[in-house]
Amino acid sequence: MTAAALLAVRGLAVRFGGLTAIEDLTFEVTEGEVLALIGPNGAGKTSAFNAITGYLAPSGGEIVFAGVRLNGLKPHVIAKLGLVRTFQKTSVFGGRSALENILIGLHLRATQQPLAILCGLPSVAREERKLEQQAREILAFAGLGARADELGSALPYGEQRLLEIAIALAAKPKLLLLDEPVSGMNAVETQSFMAKLAEIRALGITVLLVEHDMKMVMGVSDRIVCLSQGRVIASGTPAQIRRDPEVIRAYLGEKYAHAHS
Amino acid sequence: MDQLLQHGLNALMLGGTYALLGIGLTLIFGIMRVVNFTHGELYAFGAYMMYALVMLSGANFFVALVLAITLGAILGAALEFVLLRRLRGADIDTTMLVMIGAWIALQNAEQLAWTGVAKSINNPFPAAPLVIGVVSVSWNRVFVFVVALALIAATYGLINHTRLGKGMRATFQDRDTAALMGIQIGRIHTATFALGSALAAAAGALLGPVFVAYPSMGDLAAAKAFAIVILGGLGSIPGATVGGFILALVEELGASYISSGYRDAMGFLLIMLILVFKPTGLFAQKERIG
Amino acid sequence: MKGLATTLWVLFLFSLPLWMGNQYLLHVFVVTGIFIIAAMSLNLLLGYAGQLSLGHVAFFGIGAYASTLVSLGFSVHITPGTVLAMTPKPVWCGMLAAVVAAGACGWFIGRLAFKVRGAYFVIVSISFAEVVRLVALNWVELTQGPMALNNIPPLTLWLPGLGEHVFWKKPANYWLVLSIAIISYLIVRRLVRSRAGRAMVALRENEPLATSVGIDVTRYLVLATVVSAAMAGVAGALYAHYIRIVDPDVFLFIYTVTMVIMVVTGGKGTLAGPVVGGIIFGLLPEVLRAAAIPPEAQWIAYGMLMVMVVFFLPQGIVPALRHWWQRRQTSAAIVKAAS
Repeated sequence: MTAAALLAVRGLAVRFGGLTAIEDLTFEVTEGEVLALIGPNGAGKTSAFNAITGYLAPSGGEIVFAGVRLNGLKPHVIAKLGLVRTFQKTSVFGGRSALENILIGLHLRATQQPLAILCGLPSVAREERKLEQQAREILAFAGLGARADELGSALPYGEQRLLEIAIALAAKPKLLLLDEPVSGMNAVETQSFMAKLAEIRALGITVLLVEHDMKMVMGVSDRIVCLSQGRVIASGTPAQIRRDPEVIRAYLGEKYAHAHS
Repeated sequence: MDQLLQHGLNALMLGGTYALLGIGLTLIFGIMRVVNFTHGELYAFGAYMMYALVMLSGANFFVALVLAITLGAILGAALEFVLLRRLRGADIDTTMLVMIGAWIALQNAEQLAWTGVAKSINNPFPAAPLVIGVVSVSWNRVFVFVVALALIAATYGLINHTRLGKGMRATFQDRDTAALMGIQIGRIHTATFALGSALAAAAGALLGPVFVAYPSMGDLAAAKAFAIVILGGLGSIPGATVGGFILALVEELGASYISSGYRDAMGFLLIMLILVFKPTGLFAQKERIG
Repeated sequence: MKGLATTLWVLFLFSLPLWMGNQYLLHVFVVTGIFIIAAMSLNLLLGYAGQLSLGHVAFFGIGAYASTLVSLGFSVHITPGTVLAMTPKPVWCGMLAAVVAAGACGWFIGRLAFKVRGAYFVIVSISFAEVVRLVALNWVELTQGPMALNNIPPLTLWLPGLGEHVFWKKPANYWLVLSIAIISYLIVRRLVRSRAGRAMVALRENEPLATSVGIDVTRYLVLATVVSAAMAGVAGALYAHYIRIVDPDVFLFIYTVTMVIMVVTGGKGTLAGPVVGGIIFGLLPEVLRAAAIPPEAQWIAYGMLMVMVVFFLPQGIVPALRHWWQRRQTSAAIVKAAS
């Protein structure tokens, strides 16, 4: 493991119900970089996310984040360590306003204990005011400042996806895992998302993303890891991946691999 | 040893009707995902129908039995149509609350109609019990057992060998796919609720003459039905069948060796223990819902 | 403006016994108040945390019995040889015991709620309440079973310097119940408008998302159940010392149903919901009784009312009123802007 690796996945295997979603996955995410996981459908990308963030139990292998072994830890504990994810299917608190969504996301940044809350101590009110301010700042960062009082479910699709990322950011991640962040977005929305990603990166947050939109992936990533059938088949810079015969074979089949090698 | 055999026989005789209750509920709970609070009321309904037909109208006992079961099916279908159709796709607490409302209304309607006095129902069987070696059992109970087994077999046949049953099984496995394949979910639901209610009414119609009919008899029956469903695993008919007999046995033994006052508590304790240690039941086919 | 209206309301409620001579009606208000406290506690668990707990009456009854047994004293044989006994303690000790006993059961159920979900939890919670009822019915040595525990000492307040003040009369009980109801309301409000309350709601609305931002499911479920149970236990203790007789019927499922009806028709997940629901369903039986309608018909009406509220006002009365009021405001504003 190199010194600056924030997340190290070694020999990860995920099997359930007779299916092997991930066979033997090994890769690292360096601090400060943007790494993309790509691969055809069924390659095991979302399963990898679920295993890393504690929603799926690994059947083998190891996941280490900032020196802490994540195997077997519960999702909320992993989030507390600084690893926050978004979901493939848009996931917001639909019945709550956008502001409340962010306030929920700020859960880990608040410190009030139940006893203090029940006693109505002034520190609780102080913190609430601070949290509201922080929430508005995060909404503004995501470009949703004007939407603070709208219900999550009332927002248009593109804004819901932004809200999702804003919620994740509120949880103060060191490593942000984005599961298909631009799926369903048009070209304009994708462009503005890529710009937003650059801003997130400037905040010092490391990003690991799964995506199908190749143009977007090539545009934002420092490195790309390509999966196929639960294994890594190639990893490198976007330029390297574009020419890699294994990657081409995985996506397009045998003929094209030969044509390009 | 003789005691044990007698308990075993008692449990066997009762277990059949418990199984009917359980099967009815596991079908409704499993296929429709509805916490059916009215199940106990259908049980009481079956018993009260027997009372009305046999004692008030002087009908033949066996004819009354068939009628009571049929009326139970009709009531079940009506309930589903009036209450549950609108709520298809609603979340579980909403349907649960509607079922609670219906349960209150039904039970109190029954109380209003028949008053709180327990009613006994005559049966045409000889009073002297059948003696087999060291154990004895009343003819009435033997009849109950035989009919219960017949109904269980009939239900099994319906579920596994008819088109309707196939539709039910498909809906249980995967509702969305079943709908996509052209199965009329609405009709399946009505049929399921009617069938489940008919089985509950049958249990009531069979046990009414053995014990007595009183307005809150449904509550205990419902509790036992839930215990059986959880014991046997949601949606599993073999599970509910075996579960019915196991519950009857646990009750019998518990009542004799621990305390008769706690007899009815056995079902509840059983539920809690199972849900804590083996939430999927004995014969679980699918992951638990929730 | 809102604060003024609330203050006036509270003053009005406090003044009631001073000018209302009807002792029977006052009695109804006291019992309704106790049920409103119980309904508010259920709302925290059912409405905010989204737990389908239908065994709530168990906490109420455990609170009632705990307080009773501590104030009356008891002696039971744990095994044929050993005896566990307690001499009668002051009433406030009993209330404390009620909070602790009910809260402990809440902790147990809360941990269970995490393991057992959805419809299964409904069944577990009902079963729990039934088991407790049967224990109360059968453990005669402790609870006198169906023969009831009576001569329970009335509510007593011990103020430093002023000594003991025993609440024999209805007005005193009314004021005590009203005060505790207001305190309970404030407790729920504080909890709900805090990080803990948001966590509970988040778990209800979207659990995977909630855990992804660091919310610990078990911790907040248990918190919700413990607070909810303790509050219901207080209501139960108030009931025991007011009615001054307690029997296993206090555990009947029908009381849970009453509380559920109050919460759901009033509006689950709102602060005012259980209060509105409690007032309606606390007073409705009296109104119907005055009209000489048999109790069974009342219950049929309740059942049908519940079904209709779920069909037509699925959020409950309070949210429906709020929407209606908001729509009026909006259309008034539109009319104003257009003119």
